[in-house]
Amino acid sequence: MDFKLSDEQRLIRKAARDFSFKELAPNAREWEEKHHFSREVFEMMGDLDFTGLYVPEEYDGTNVGRLTAALVFEELAKGCYATAVYLTVHNMVTNLICQYGTEEQKERWVKPLARGEKLGAYSLTEAEAGSDAAALSTSAVRKNGGYVVNGTKLYVTSGGVADVYAVMVRTSDAHKSKGISTLIVEKGTPGFAFGPHEAKMGLNASPTTELHFNNCFVPEENILGAEGLGFNFAMTALNGGRINIGACSVGLAQQAFDYALAYAHKRQQFGKPIVSFQALQFMFADMATEIDAARLMVYRAASLMDEGEDCMMEAAMGKRLATDVAMRVTTDAVQILGGYGYMKSYPVEMYMRFAKIGQIFEGTNQIQRVVIAREITKYKGRKRPDSY
Amino acid sequence: MDIVVLVKQVPNTTEVRIDPKTGNLIREGVESIINPEDRHALEAALQIRDNTGGKVTVLSMGPPQAIDGICEALAMGADRGILLSDRIFAGADTWATSTTLGRAIRKIEQFDLVLAGRQAVDGDTAQIGPQVAEYLGIPQLTYVQKLEVREGAVIAERALEDGCEHIEAPTPVLVTVLSSLNEPRYPTVAGLIDSTRPRAPIEIWNGADLGVKAYEVGLAGSLTQVVKTFTPKGARNTQYLEGSPAAVAAQLIDALRKKEIRLGE
Repeated sequence: MDFKLSDEQRLIRKAARDFSFKELAPNAREWEEKHHFSREVFEMMGDLDFTGLYVPEEYDGTNVGRLTAALVFEELAKGCYATAVYLTVHNMVTNLICQYGTEEQKERWVKPLARGEKLGAYSLTEAEAGSDAAALSTSAVRKNGGYVVNGTKLYVTSGGVADVYAVMVRTSDAHKSKGISTLIVEKGTPGFAFGPHEAKMGLNASPTTELHFNNCFVPEENILGAEGLGFNFAMTALNGGRINIGACSVGLAQQAFDYALAYAHKRQQFGKPIVSFQALQFMFADMATEIDAARLMVYRAASLMDEGEDCMMEAAMGKRLATDVAMRVTTDAVQILGGYGYMKSYPVEMYMRFAKIGQIFEGTNQIQRVVIAREITKYKGRKRPDSY
Repeated sequence: MDIVVLVKQVPNTTEVRIDPKTGNLIREGVESIINPEDRHALEAALQIRDNTGGKVTVLSMGPPQAIDGICEALAMGADRGILLSDRIFAGADTWATSTTLGRAIRKIEQFDLVLAGRQAVDGDTAQIGPQVAEYLGIPQLTYVQKLEVREGAVIAERALEDGCEHIEAPTPVLVTVLSSLNEPRYPTVAGLIDSTRPRAPIEIWNGADLGVKAYEVGLAGSLTQVVKTFTPKGARNTQYLEGSPAAVAAQLIDALRKKEIRLGE
């Protein structure tokens, strides 16, 4: 068990930190207030190779692995959580097509996605299919060498601004989850439209919209893998997605912590900096401990995935803990800043609003517990092989 | 055009603190970065190379961990990195540092242009560039905010206190640059993967490689010694002015006059 990063990982993290500090942090508030998505920043992230982190070099990626990618997302989230989040989704979709796509599909989509020329989005959720994702009903009916898609998808990150959408649709009513397939749909396809940008509690630098399919014809060469595999793909992608959201949340928590700590050193009350009061020192001690625990869990899940090992439970645990910690730490950061913390002229209230979504998306933290419980009960009380 | 860029690893100064007891910089937990103006020098070098061809070599002197800066420079696009690292180089003042860098540039032999940042944020001396030029016996153009290369010459715009100056110099020439010169690119992930590999084009030269004697370099070769480092004690005294904008302006001018601060012509 070696807790040291390689030189490569250390320097990639530093590059991400530098970029985040200079390009994201100064703009995060304005993007949030103005609901502004910056395509320019996405393209810059493409130039820095942040857009193809899981994709091999032959498809224009860097294939740095999950742990290194987690470091990048963590640093970007410090500057702008919304940007880090949509970038994780983009990488998830790019990787999904790269893993399960045909050579033609990789050529057509993975390369421009990995280069950051196209932006990817992922669409699973529907009005009646949230945590029970397999209940989705958007239909894709075979016709003339393709599918006619009808239905509405909900809460799509980068909806409207993304170019390539991995959409989970129902191709068969015979089975619930096994009737689901993944179609790759490009923006501009006739019959494919977007709802308005939803106004959200936070994360407004990344648009969230509905996808509307109205007799939208999608050619059969756009199906990923084969019919019926979509739910599996969606879940596999989310497994990695949980590590990413965990990483973003660790970064957000760290940022809130750093801000509150610096503030507490400067802010004087009763003739002393408030950091000298034990009431605050104990808060900081708890925050630091929890951030560290969350970070280690997320890194462990990422390392397991890099080694090709099963990490369903570890990823769910990491996501659950990291997002809960981010919620707690950002709330405490507001508390430490007191009245200033509640004001929009300070960033911590924004961090707190960002943190909340972490407990909800990529599988709610209740669903994470379902996943964790399923893993720990599957050996019927026997000890898990190779466990502690 | 073959270019050598002088790059220094410095502490990220937004975080720098001085230990009030020892007077030393607190380096613990402080990240090292490429000196900001050196990044602009590197960016200028990369742009010139991309337009005219040639090779960009980054040259740095420092402890072994200064290799991080060289890796970053390679990941930004430099072709070759050289780190001058040896215990005998330690404790060097600007004279000894310039001597060491100058020797290394002579060893590189082939160069048309040496680029450096105006000054480093940790020392703020702005002496290294000019001293290296003197050592090499080549012209120096300092405080450059625009730079153009021609066959056998460079044309620069130098920022002066009361304007700017356009100046041409034959190559080889040394140029120190300001941050207004350009917007430096970031190192790429793919670049960092390559530059941290064992076979990355990085060389580490020690005193023997440069053929220098211990008394010529480092603390022994320095003409100056740091006697004491301290934070100047200046109590900040904030005074709030109130009233209409015109009244506040009048009060402000009075206050400045009282302190004998010149208000211009």
